[in-house]
Amino acid sequence: MTKRAQPGGRAASAPLLGHGTEPTLFELSVPGRSSYQLRTTGVPATTFEQLVPLVHRNPDVVAIAEVSERDLVGHFTRLSHRQFAVDLGMYPLGSCTMKYNPKFCDAIAADPGLNTVHPGAPAALTQGWLELLTTLEARLCAITGMAGATLQPAAGAAGELTGLLLMRAFHSANGDARKRILIPDSAHGTNPASVTLGGYEVTTIPSNDRGLVDLEKLKAALGPDVAGIMLTNPNTLGLFEEEITEIATAVHDVGGLLYYDGANLNAILGVVRPGDMGFDIVHMNLHKTFATPHGGGGPGAGPVAVSKRLLDFLPGPKATRLDDGSFDWVKPVQSIGRVHGWHGNAMVLARALAYIDVHGGDGLTRVAQYAVLNANWLRHRLRETLPAAHDRVCMHECVLTASTLKTKYGVRGLDVAKALLEEGFHSPTVYFPLIVEEALMFEPTETESLQTLEALAEALERIAQRAINDPEALRHAPQTTPVSRVDEARAARHLIPTEDAADRS
Amino acid sequence: MADYLPHTPDEVGQMLSFLGMDSLEQLFAHIPAAVRVSQGLDLLEGMSEPDVAAVFRQYTSANLAQATEMTCFAGAGVYDHEVPAVVKMLAGRSEFVTAYTPYQPEVAQGVLQAIFEYQTLISRLSGLPIPNASLYDAATALVEALNMAHGANARQKMVISTGVHPHWRAVAKTFAIGTGHEIVEVGLKDGVTDWGSVDASNAAAIVAAYPNYLGVMEDMTSAKEMALAHDALFILGADPVAAGVLKTAGQWGADVFIGEGQPFGTPLAFGGPFLGLFACSNDQVRRLPGRIVGETVDSNQRRSFVTTLRAREQDIRREKATSNVCTNQTLMAVTAAIQLGWLGTFGLREVAIRCAQGAHYLHDELMKIDGVTTVSSQPFFREFAIRLTSNASSVLKSMADDGVLGGVAVAALTFGDDSSIAHDIENVLLVTVTERRTKEEIDRYVEVLRKAVGE
Repeated sequence: MTKRAQPGGRAASAPLLGHGTEPTLFELSVPGRSSYQLRTTGVPATTFEQLVPLVHRNPDVVAIAEVSERDLVGHFTRLSHRQFAVDLGMYPLGSCTMKYNPKFCDAIAADPGLNTVHPGAPAALTQGWLELLTTLEARLCAITGMAGATLQPAAGAAGELTGLLLMRAFHSANGDARKRILIPDSAHGTNPASVTLGGYEVTTIPSNDRGLVDLEKLKAALGPDVAGIMLTNPNTLGLFEEEITEIATAVHDVGGLLYYDGANLNAILGVVRPGDMGFDIVHMNLHKTFATPHGGGGPGAGPVAVSKRLLDFLPGPKATRLDDGSFDWVKPVQSIGRVHGWHGNAMVLARALAYIDVHGGDGLTRVAQYAVLNANWLRHRLRETLPAAHDRVCMHECVLTASTLKTKYGVRGLDVAKALLEEGFHSPTVYFPLIVEEALMFEPTETESLQTLEALAEALERIAQRAINDPEALRHAPQTTPVSRVDEARAARHLIPTEDAADRS
Repeated sequence: MADYLPHTPDEVGQMLSFLGMDSLEQLFAHIPAAVRVSQGLDLLEGMSEPDVAAVFRQYTSANLAQATEMTCFAGAGVYDHEVPAVVKMLAGRSEFVTAYTPYQPEVAQGVLQAIFEYQTLISRLSGLPIPNASLYDAATALVEALNMAHGANARQKMVISTGVHPHWRAVAKTFAIGTGHEIVEVGLKDGVTDWGSVDASNAAAIVAAYPNYLGVMEDMTSAKEMALAHDALFILGADPVAAGVLKTAGQWGADVFIGEGQPFGTPLAFGGPFLGLFACSNDQVRRLPGRIVGETVDSNQRRSFVTTLRAREQDIRREKATSNVCTNQTLMAVTAAIQLGWLGTFGLREVAIRCAQGAHYLHDELMKIDGVTTVSSQPFFREFAIRLTSNASSVLKSMADDGVLGGVAVAALTFGDDSSIAHDIENVLLVTVTERRTKEEIDRYVEVLRKAVGE
């Protein structure tokens, strides 16, 4: 196997050209240059003074930039060369599911039949969009085992907060004021932050020595003031919560609800459904599980699906199929209201539907199977180099630890992650989950080949060897990237968020 | 078998045998059988891309309101602006499109520098020094601004003009369920906020829109004075295109600027993904929601960019974070930087003025039609509301038969009565004109509306 390795991932280092600093758009600006071209309209050229009363006029000209189209293209193309991306190579960032983004789905979203439709146009003129949205809702419910969904939340964290507001609305409707939400200590940071905004208090549940929720401690924390629990399953250690049925029963017994953080849904597509595990509310990150491109940090989409008893509280208005087969916007009876300025990140939703339909039920199941196969292969392949925090079968990601490298050679997990950039791979997620020392969380995803996984493993072995031979050099890695380690403390101490705050003299 | 998986059957076998397994099923053996999917998902079989494309053609053909087919006069915060090939191509580069959040600055300088440039532009257009790296949309930017106000003075009362877009207000009300904020709406009189009608004592924030959602340019002096008198934050939602020529939020004395960035290079897109614009004064920097990019140097003293002030964020502060925002709308922010670079200083002014010229020309022509009256006598910028003698949604449908998307029915935005409109809200139509509309198209609008109202 090793001998045949074709390191697909390493090809990524080549496009990262240029170690010189790229000037800013403003440094490229020369008074008198321009790029824009507008339509000839024939509209009467009323003067600005006639259009705008004095009190409203800006006395100054707001400087944007003055560049030629050629300089604009050069600038942003060079910037793109200073950027790693899935299209360049493997991006094993744990918890982020950076799989290949099919180009077909982008083409679907570029269709003028979808992307030139105004969101405020009457439903009668946008029937295709409403049908698309109701179709996606049905697909997401089939995948998660839930009864209905809102497509409005713009990202996972927005979905979480929406889910918590649904929980609150449900309890309020039962005349039931509850105060606390339980969260395992391995949870994503967005969970506790959302809980606070949802008006609840966090109670943290410790993990046991197997990396799972400690059922006894969970039971001890339960009570009539518990609104619910937020769980991701598999959890952030990549491990399946095997006692999920017992957890669900215990929480339901005190009248609480179960919230499923869908960040790790990729692991269980077609294998197990949150609804069948007893969850009442589920958010999905379409930009993870359903491969919509992440755009350098968004847009995402975070639909929330619910069980039958929560349907009436869903955000609205909601695209709905009427009895006559047409579609309209309908507000659920006890709707919590809008959670997005319009109908959600529609273009992301369209891409996700295309992705789901290409795969079908059979294809989505293979996605989960191969994602889990890849993660386990990598975990096992690296057991001598970087052992897993919990060395048993994991799901779609594995949490490895660099604690031995740290103790023996003073090389930290961060140094390993940075050195990996020199090898042409993106780093794994570092220092998360917080409960694992020197954590390196790898999520290879199902779209990486065995050859790329092998190349990644060999790169990590080289790094481990460097830790023995020359640990000092590792602490200064990477050196072959567009910039080396940046001074984060300086950025925070002396904030320069704009060109105007910078000293360009 | 249509999918994007590279594994050959032989490789699957090799990988399983490396793990000491003989079937994929063994990987899932530890999951309790009681909760397993036994019959497969209730979905169709996978289809090839061209087969899925054929299904999607059924959706697209049922969307009659395509701006390429139906001349668009609809606005309400979402505008049909020119987006040139150069912007589409640059913003569509897969290095920007398929990157993740820039957690590793050594290989993310492209996105980080583009955000820094975006932040600079938003700071200049808002007249405020501290921008962030984007939020989901204007509505969620309002929610974050209200949370910032609460963080600044620990008060709960949010005084919001109904000149603020109805959807933004609706979203603010939803999230107030969790935060416990009290939302107090202030009605409009003749299209202008009736600040005198409200008790602003103990207010956390005073919120207004400029121009307001009906297109009216309100003098913001009284809103600012009210904020000062009660030591509340002044939050101003402003049209970023108009910001090229009108007074900036900073010039009106706002502490926080919010806005919808869709007009900067993002298509109508059925409402998303859009771009939540946000900037604030120096006093509020520690309460800033979401990410911010700062300039620094690398270990070789080269200029570099990095996400900074990270100690505010959810992954570090957890339940004490200033916001739960993680994923934002980076690609739209990068697109905005490119679009603004293309427009430049004078292009943005030109677009703003052309929009206003077109809107005023259409407005004046419409006022000549019997049964069409204005909702506000106050100066408007690029959008205006008209009152018809019948239901605006019905009029829109009949105009659509003649190939014109005549605007947005205000009642469809408010889902019922709203104190922004004194009476008969169902007859009110919001109309906008962008720099893409020709005189011929505007004249046709007049003719089609005349026909629709039966004059």
